[in-house]
Amino acid sequence: MELKTKVSGEEGSQQIIISREFDLPVKQLFKAYTEPELIEQWMDTKVLKLENKRHGSFQFETTDSKGNKHGFNGTIHDLVENQKITRTFEIECTNFPVQLEFIDFEEVTPDTSKLTMRIVFRATQDKDNMLNIPFEQGINKAYDRLQKICDKLLNI
Amino acid sequence: MKTRRDVFQAIADPTRRTILSLVAVGAMTPGAIADNFDSKRQTISKHIQILTECELLTQEQSGREIRYHFNPSKMKEVNDYIEPFRKLWDNKFDKLEAVMKNHQSKS
Repeated sequence: MELKTKVSGEEGSQQIIISREFDLPVKQLFKAYTEPELIEQWMDTKVLKLENKRHGSFQFETTDSKGNKHGFNGTIHDLVENQKITRTFEIECTNFPVQLEFIDFEEVTPDTSKLTMRIVFRATQDKDNMLNIPFEQGINKAYDRLQKICDKLLNI
Repeated sequence: MKTRRDVFQAIADPTRRTILSLVAVGAMTPGAIADNFDSKRQTISKHIQILTECELLTQEQSGREIRYHFNPSKMKEVNDYIEPFRKLWDNKFDKLEAVMKNHQSKS
């Protein structure tokens, strides 16, 4: 089976490329990246600020399951409707340096579209750390589950 | 100290990726592999050596000939490394698609 979302991030390279085809017209796909209330729905984040223009900036705030708030921000370097967004993206209060994102929107057919996101990191090591994040989340989830099972057992 | 070669280092090179895709179709002798490239035989032989050191290729001696096989289980390590990250984005994009379909039908 062909994977819908493809990721390449070869060892030694400073970038990750994420691509995906959507069953959506390119106009709708672009909207998902530029309308605050839509971003909030699919990215599970609050949009505090979003200026969709060259030299505009954005600020997101995500609350995790434990109630901790995480901030994200960046500057929009270039924005061409239904074609591309070039922006920086920074995860606040972490060791991750700011990253550069080239997001390209393409029409495949009138009803389908393709998104290509090229993320450039400051150093190869930062890219490797980013790829390891979901691993850690997975491990945390496993620990949470283990904790719950232990709590249950102790209550019996 | 000799640095240990890993799978990621091995697949970072385009020539080595081509070698892997050739051998993945069927076992090959070093000569047959080299015939697919314009580079010197020594260069290709060095690439084969690196791929063998990190176990992406396995050697099989048949008579006087050495044949190289592709080792898919080693290649899986590469996928496993990126897979959780890929899955994360796949889920996010599934959500994006669902949100937008809902939005489309409303407007």
